[in-house]
Amino acid sequence: MKRAARYIIFYAALSGLWTLLAELKIWPPYLFPTPWGVGEALYAGFADHTYWIAIRVSMQRVLIGYGISVVLGMVLGLGVASNKFLEDTMGGLLVSLQSLPSICWWPLALLWFGLNQNAILFVVIMGSLLSVTLAMEDGRKQMPKIFGQAGRNLGAKGFKLFWYVLLPASLPFIVSGLKQGWAFAWRSLITAEMLYLSLGLGQVLMMGRDLNDMSAVIAVMILIIALGYVVDGVVFKGMERRLQNKWGLTPAT
Amino acid sequence: MSASAHNVPAEFPIPVDPLPVDSRFPTRTGSRGSKLGPVSVDRPARAVSPEIPKVGLSELCLSYGAQSGERLLALDHINLEVRAGEFVCVVGPSGCGKSTLLHLIAGLHPQTSGQILVDGKPVQGPGTDRIMIFQEHGLFPWLTVGQNVEFGMKMKGVPKAERVEKTRYYLRLVHLAKFEKSYIHQLSGGMRQRVAIARALATEPDVLLMDEPFAALDAQTRDLLHDELERIWSDTGRTILFVTHNVREAIRLGDRVVLLTFRPGRVKSEFPVELPRPRHLEDPAVARAAREILDELRDEINRSLEVEYSEGVKPRIEPGANGGKRGGARI
Repeated sequence: MKRAARYIIFYAALSGLWTLLAELKIWPPYLFPTPWGVGEALYAGFADHTYWIAIRVSMQRVLIGYGISVVLGMVLGLGVASNKFLEDTMGGLLVSLQSLPSICWWPLALLWFGLNQNAILFVVIMGSLLSVTLAMEDGRKQMPKIFGQAGRNLGAKGFKLFWYVLLPASLPFIVSGLKQGWAFAWRSLITAEMLYLSLGLGQVLMMGRDLNDMSAVIAVMILIIALGYVVDGVVFKGMERRLQNKWGLTPAT
Repeated sequence: MSASAHNVPAEFPIPVDPLPVDSRFPTRTGSRGSKLGPVSVDRPARAVSPEIPKVGLSELCLSYGAQSGERLLALDHINLEVRAGEFVCVVGPSGCGKSTLLHLIAGLHPQTSGQILVDGKPVQGPGTDRIMIFQEHGLFPWLTVGQNVEFGMKMKGVPKAERVEKTRYYLRLVHLAKFEKSYIHQLSGGMRQRVAIARALATEPDVLLMDEPFAALDAQTRDLLHDELERIWSDTGRTILFVTHNVREAIRLGDRVVLLTFRPGRVKSEFPVELPRPRHLEDPAVARAAREILDELRDEINRSLEVEYSEGVKPRIEPGANGGKRGGARI
């Protein structure tokens, strides 16, 4: 209750300040819109289905790209963690590649895949793959050895050992990496979408700029933030909470 | 109850008989498996062929490369035979390789040379006929108690209905039926070890390999688990290899106690334990039997201390220190 009140006061103050600045008319309204202007833009965008389509297209892309990253990243991370040669050679490369912003892959992706969805997916994958790989590598190393031994002892081997033992055993150690991978995937997607007629949220954002319509730009920005927040809050928070309950990582309340 | 040391036992004091296990322990009536319901549970055949031991180790060696580049010998020509249904305890100072020995028998680690035979067949990798119980239980925290017990059967491809039935059976056997849906972190240390025992038994192994399973428990819990383990052993007729550093625990439980030397681990001597069951840790007879083994163990502990303290002070454990009962071996 108290927390809700704090939220309400904070956001009321923020929009109050925003309204005040807009009403002072220091900048023309098409550069600095009012909150209700943004509200109207949001309503209009959903009413003519532009935003619904954009959300669907973007979410679909990020899910495919992130999904591929997770699968690939787990295989790669596990390989690097369990093979001394790979660790010595690939380990350093992976860390150094992480300093490369994923959008730097865009020119390459364009040449390789052409101006289409695959180029966007490639950028999304390159954005999140490294986080997932490094997290999996780290998780596999941090995971107590005894789980693997107990699993093999009880007759698990090969894929079964990975799926029923190594993966769930390392999950608490990789969940933050998975979350980071998601954030990178989402950012890479929006960036790539802004560069090309893609139907996604990124393009709708650029459309606002082309039409000199700041209300629409801010409306889409709010959408992007909201979607990222919802996935983080619902999917990853839920996963963390479930893990904590099962493993007893926090005192049971 | 003569606990005379002899290196290669020509014969065991244990009767290798085809009798039902239960009849050997007339004092423990009322705790029959039948009480637990009509679930059909595999019982390993006892002493099918008396010549072939359940577990046979011959000239078993393990060495590994140390950081300094030299090869270190951890286990040195271990020869040991364990008969079907026998309860053998392995004691030795820490660092003698007794846990490693169990890992080798479990097939979790390859030996350098020598042979490990189970039912006369060489061990190749892990197998559900030999299940290990770890000191830190090794239960899976992401599964419930029931799912943990079920795990081995699931890996083996046992049908769901049978799995559920057997899980219930083995949880009742360790008195944890009510906790089927709990997660591991919600249980006490003693309960966790009981789940580990149930999980191991549920795969119906012939051999249980127990690696200091009760070392981290408080004394009362440990006493209770000794009773439970003895009951389960006599009910199910499994062969048990039990590693411990606690000599009295070894005598409390074992048909035979095997003493390993410190680095490299060799079989120093074997002591048959002929005390009637059930025994108790506090029995004077157990303490007396322990003293003899402790005298030999003390030499090994002193050797291990000399190695570990090779620079500086060299503490020694004197015979008869603390009344001769609680030497270095933390009884």
